[in-house]
Amino acid sequence: MNARRSPALRRLLRNPTALAGLIFLIAITLLAVFAPLLYPGDPLGMEADALLWPGQDWHYPLGTDALGRDVMAGVVHGGRVSLQVGILASLFGVLLGLAIGAVAGYFGGKVDYGLQRLIEIFQTMPSFVLLVALVAIVQPSVPTLIFAIGIISWPTVARLVRAEVRSIREREYILAARSVGYSHLRIIAHEVLPNILPTLIVTASIMVASAVLMESALSFMGLGDPNQVSWGSMIGSGREQIRTAWYLTAIPGLAIFLTVLAFNLIGDGLTDAFNPTRDRASK
Amino acid sequence: MKILLTLGGALWRALLHTLPTLLGILLINFLLLQLAPGDAADVMAGESGSATQESLAALRSQFGLDQSIPMQLWHYLSNLAHFNLGYSPRYGASVQALIGQRLGTTLTLMLLALLFSLLLGIALGMLMARWQGRWPDRVLYVCSQFFYSVPGFWIGLMLIVVFSVKLGWLPTGGSGTIGADLHGWPALFDTLRFMALPASSLALIYIAIYARLTRASMLEAGAQDYVRTAEAKGLSPWAITFKHVLRNALLPITTMAGLHFGGMLGGAVVIETVFSLPGLGRLAYDAVMARDYNVLLGILLISSLLVIITNVLVDLLQTWLDPRIRSRR
Repeated sequence: MNARRSPALRRLLRNPTALAGLIFLIAITLLAVFAPLLYPGDPLGMEADALLWPGQDWHYPLGTDALGRDVMAGVVHGGRVSLQVGILASLFGVLLGLAIGAVAGYFGGKVDYGLQRLIEIFQTMPSFVLLVALVAIVQPSVPTLIFAIGIISWPTVARLVRAEVRSIREREYILAARSVGYSHLRIIAHEVLPNILPTLIVTASIMVASAVLMESALSFMGLGDPNQVSWGSMIGSGREQIRTAWYLTAIPGLAIFLTVLAFNLIGDGLTDAFNPTRDRASK
Repeated sequence: MKILLTLGGALWRALLHTLPTLLGILLINFLLLQLAPGDAADVMAGESGSATQESLAALRSQFGLDQSIPMQLWHYLSNLAHFNLGYSPRYGASVQALIGQRLGTTLTLMLLALLFSLLLGIALGMLMARWQGRWPDRVLYVCSQFFYSVPGFWIGLMLIVVFSVKLGWLPTGGSGTIGADLHGWPALFDTLRFMALPASSLALIYIAIYARLTRASMLEAGAQDYVRTAEAKGLSPWAITFKHVLRNALLPITTMAGLHFGGMLGGAVVIETVFSLPGLGRLAYDAVMARDYNVLLGILLISSLLVIITNVLVDLLQTWLDPRIRSRR
């Protein structure tokens, strides 16, 4: 298993764009993890003169907003929320989709029919509108954001897993495992899952990218956790001063853009690494 | 005549196929409405400023809120069958009337964004396929990666900074010049001026998607035998590209464009709040702020119905476009 994966990892690390994405991501994750040490105190607290431009006072390298809050502290602390929501929501979505897709594909028949209709329902409802409705009803907070984004993103994984499981369900080694008398759960976990892992990893990294985008859009609209600063909410409050202090909107947006780009580049690099012979843009 | 029959058959099959989905969506909507904190009586009482226990109870029985859940579901469904989505005390209007007023703006925005992204995306995808593996392909590939990762609402705000604040060319928001009584071409031009920035911000991610899709399907269609035949016949490269390759490459793109309707609607919600366009998204935003769940879930329901209708239409379009799909069924 390991011997098969390590050339893929080596190929990933030799891909310059994927490597750039990985390095940026590690940097931003470290900043987010150590945010309380780097910028102790509440990032929503007022620190200095209002509306300092970036570079005007090197104590506040990215400037301050209309209430005198340090933009750099906001970006670093906001990264915590964005990454946390993005990663955990995707994890939740992947696990949910994995469970539902595996059950549908493995058992087939009526179970499959029912679950497919469920997938179809979730793919028909405009996901962002559903997300807004869900968050508005359960009241926004970090856990509910994770829950709601997970709820709307599982169908992609479920469809993928279902199709893959169906295609390998009748292979000889699965039939062999079944004839030995292994339980369904054991067959799914030990025989089926390792085969779909590469596809799943690629999907997960792209899901994190879209989860970060969705979190930022929600908190931009004022549907984020009201007690925590996030990149989206910084844009939401910065747009009031868009005529005079556009850097308040530009800086957190740039942070979102680069983070999402990093996840997408890694996703692309992983696709190439797992399928070295495939043309890279033909997906 | 024959084509009408096949289209009729396709329509019937599509409708039959959507029925379980439709029922599921109605059920989820009803469930969410039940989960929403506070009911219509609470909202009415809150709006009027005061209420006694007795008047609340009276309101509840008037709305049927004191009945069992299955009875309420039955009322909900029968109301829907009469196109009644409920009442918004906040706006003092029925939900269906509110949505009807706002739908046009959202659909215009989406249609413009779709047209823009299809035109540009297909053109860029053709360029990429033409110079596959060389620098135009690589540069455009990186661009598409950028477009794909940018938050639409943020690029909208940045466009406002550049084109409205700095250059002063385009308006920052709204859907038309206030007080200007325009008709005909000037009215259309006015709408386009107000829609240019929102439609571009909404289109950005789809330009990237269609460019990549076009590139992939152009390359695939270009490798087919009939293209080699056309080349052997001595047809010009232009004729081959447009008549033989592009026509076949467009088929998967029509499918995807249909699938993107729901996503685009979601994007429109955020974009409309950025540009204060009076559409469904703006209404959803206001409904969230006012905790008006009737309106919010009405929008969810109507937009889901719109997605279903688009899916059926795309199905029909494909049956009509591709004789192979017709004969397969």
